[in-house]
Amino acid sequence: MTSILVEGKVKAPLFFKLDLESKNESTMKTKSRIGMAVAALLLIGVYLFPIWSISLEAPQYPEGIGLNIWINTIEGKRPQDLQNVNGLNHYIGMKPIQPDSIAELKYMPPIIGFMLVGGLLVALFGNRKWVLSWLILFMLLAIVGLVDFYLWEYDYGHNLNPDAPIKVPGMNYQPPLIGSKKIMNFTATSLPHIGFLFALSSMVMAGGVWWLEGKNKHPKKKLNWGSKVND
Amino acid sequence: MKTKITKNWLWMLPAAAFLGVLLYGCSPNGEFGSSAEAAEKVYVAPGEYDEFYGFFSGGYNGQMGVYGLPSGRHLYTIPVFSQAPVNGYGYSEETKAMLNTTHGFVPWGDAHHPELSQTDGETDGRWIFINENNTPRIARIGLDDFRTQEIIEIPNSAGNHASSFVTPNTEYVSAATRFSIPMDEENLDNMDVSIDSYKENFKGTISFIKVSDEGKMSIDFQIMMPGFDYDLSHAGKGPSNGWSFFTSYNSEEANTLLEINASKNDKDFIAAINWKKAAEYVEQGEGRMIPGEHVRNYIDHEEGGVAKSETIDEVRVLDPRELEGIAYFLPTPKSPHGVDVDPTGQYIIAGGKLSTVIPVHSFAKMEQAIEDEDYAGEVMGIPVLTYDSILHGEVENPGLGPLHTEFDGKGNAYTTAFISSEIVKWDIENTEVLDRIDVYYSPGHLMIPGGDTQNPDGKYLVSLNKITKDRYLPTGPEMFHSAQLIDISGDKMKLLLDFPTEGEPHYAQGIAAEKVIENQKRFYKLENNTHPQATTSEKQTRVERNGNEVHVYMTTIRSHFTPDNIEGIKVGDEVYFHVTNLEQDWDVPHGFAMIGANNAELLIMPGETLTLKWEPKKVGVFPFYCTDFCSALHQEMQGYVRVSPAGSDVEVAYGTGGEMTKASVVGQ
Repeated sequence: MTSILVEGKVKAPLFFKLDLESKNESTMKTKSRIGMAVAALLLIGVYLFPIWSISLEAPQYPEGIGLNIWINTIEGKRPQDLQNVNGLNHYIGMKPIQPDSIAELKYMPPIIGFMLVGGLLVALFGNRKWVLSWLILFMLLAIVGLVDFYLWEYDYGHNLNPDAPIKVPGMNYQPPLIGSKKIMNFTATSLPHIGFLFALSSMVMAGGVWWLEGKNKHPKKKLNWGSKVND
Repeated sequence: MKTKITKNWLWMLPAAAFLGVLLYGCSPNGEFGSSAEAAEKVYVAPGEYDEFYGFFSGGYNGQMGVYGLPSGRHLYTIPVFSQAPVNGYGYSEETKAMLNTTHGFVPWGDAHHPELSQTDGETDGRWIFINENNTPRIARIGLDDFRTQEIIEIPNSAGNHASSFVTPNTEYVSAATRFSIPMDEENLDNMDVSIDSYKENFKGTISFIKVSDEGKMSIDFQIMMPGFDYDLSHAGKGPSNGWSFFTSYNSEEANTLLEINASKNDKDFIAAINWKKAAEYVEQGEGRMIPGEHVRNYIDHEEGGVAKSETIDEVRVLDPRELEGIAYFLPTPKSPHGVDVDPTGQYIIAGGKLSTVIPVHSFAKMEQAIEDEDYAGEVMGIPVLTYDSILHGEVENPGLGPLHTEFDGKGNAYTTAFISSEIVKWDIENTEVLDRIDVYYSPGHLMIPGGDTQNPDGKYLVSLNKITKDRYLPTGPEMFHSAQLIDISGDKMKLLLDFPTEGEPHYAQGIAAEKVIENQKRFYKLENNTHPQATTSEKQTRVERNGNEVHVYMTTIRSHFTPDNIEGIKVGDEVYFHVTNLEQDWDVPHGFAMIGANNAELLIMPGETLTLKWEPKKVGVFPFYCTDFCSALHQEMQGYVRVSPAGSDVEVAYGTGGEMTKASVVGQ
């Protein structure tokens, strides 16, 4: 993270300094603007790496089998894994996972795009209030996303085809939201992937910018929540 | 006095009995201090891999056995020259053509000498070649999927024994006639002549088959040779790279009772062939093209996975009477069998079955003798060199019936002695015997991984014994052959393990497992399946009738066939089941077996399409099923075909788990 900051420091000032540096008190320091821009740009990582991982292990799968959830699709960890997960799931009557028919995978790329552009604009205008608004919006979206993911897992794990060959009374096949769970012969492990860590870093970065900016401007004041601090 | 002696003698009886009881159950081999020590050396823990792959020719089963070393575990059998009902090789519509020859379809072969492809004189793990002795052919097996990918027939040959040995960069794989036949001078046509005109009419040939970078084989040239029996071969390496050496026996040119009549001469010959020079002649357009019809069969899973046969009409022949410097004879005692070139490429070692010594020829001396024209005579235009001029030395007391030699890369040679049933270790430089070990019983070939290359892995030696007798639990009169693993890492050879091998392994090859593992295919990618009758999804499955031909385009996936109910088949139809395995995972083949099929089952690998032809002869409903226990619901993986009488008006229809679809009728 530090190296990114250092790089930003070198390149960004020319661009930012010209007309924005010397504005009113509510504008943030260059360092903070760069920080916010970096927070926004970290979201590029969400497009480049999977955001979530579901791994399955069983004696017959010594090398494991698993899925990576990307911002816009679901893929096998190896090319054939999605087909094989669906093949296994048909025995218990689980719906096949078809990335094309999952609406969330269509909404997510533009939402993250909006946050990325929004984050850059916040950096450009350098308003501390906006940093907080951006952060809260982002966190809300993340919570909605995780709840949605949980509901999706619930649906796949519970709404089973009544004609399934394997039926275990009282059994559901919902994978864990985070952590490991034993489902029949499989141990299912669900964990955030690199893309999610980029999003998390982005949040931490933006939070840090907001906090440091407040601290610097009012070094002796106790930190207050909300946007009233600067006014 | 007399009573006293008797008494003393009698006293020994209980002692002998006591000793007998003590020794009962001890290994009769006695070479190894403790069997626990030997067991530790060959123990491969559950889930662990062997250090080496061993490829053992199957001899009269026509296949190639794959064994792990040092455990001796039988890992797989690769179908090559014989039909294999186990998976449908040679039966399925896709693989039948692999066994085509100019004699028609030949369902059986006699596989003798596997040889791994080499780069810079070392095994490279790309392919393994193997010869067929009976109907002369050479096969190339891909080590990416352990399948026979190509088989080429050798024309103007009978008994393709001195084959299939490769040159140090796999430029060529060579072949030679074990049984000479009458061939006319002009076209090498087999002649309708009296067998006792042998000396006058019979000839042999030595063939060099070019191997392309992709592995494609084509006969580059054949050299016309005197009518001897050409037995074994090895290519030169290092300083002798560019040469190949072929043993011959029956220089007496006998045509009957060879065991007596071909054992008369004190010396026979090793033919030294300068293949680099011959290839230069070929490039200059020397020699001549003659009719030499032969068939080449090949199968490529990237190109549809359907075997194709092509007939090649001509072959180039070189005559040593016209082209100088391509062939020389090295006199060698007596009826030599194996010929082996040491890792440095300096020495050529022959196993004279009836000889009391092992002759070691020097390549440098051979070259000098050729330069000096130090000839003792000439046979069919081929100069015979002087034995004493080319000899590096003779190994004295090498055991009775020396056959084959391999090397450990540390200056030692190991030779099998068939009659005295032992392996003899000797020093190549001073030709002195260093050690000997009994083997059980009567070894033929032996194998050290890389032991015939420039870089042997001199850790283990496998003795491929010809006689089994009491080594294992008896299995009636017929039994598997016995292989024995010997530790050669120290000064003394130590017997580690007995393991039975299927068919009759002749030669074998070994290679470090890591050279092969990395290129292994686990399944065929469905998206690359270009088989003309493939159905890569269940949506494409269908049944089509065209006259009395019915084509069923079927898929398999755990745990059902699509379609699994088929109606409207009639007695007298030819039904082709084109079955595509939709699985895309490691080790999930599906089988397909149809009641009353006159061929075999299909064992379809993931992503592959195979076709079974079925000609129903009876009216009724007949089941088919998956033969490979594929899944928990494998037993449910079945289907039915309804067969109506010839001329019936039951329409062709098919389905799985729903309504039946009416079939399309083609060409009506």
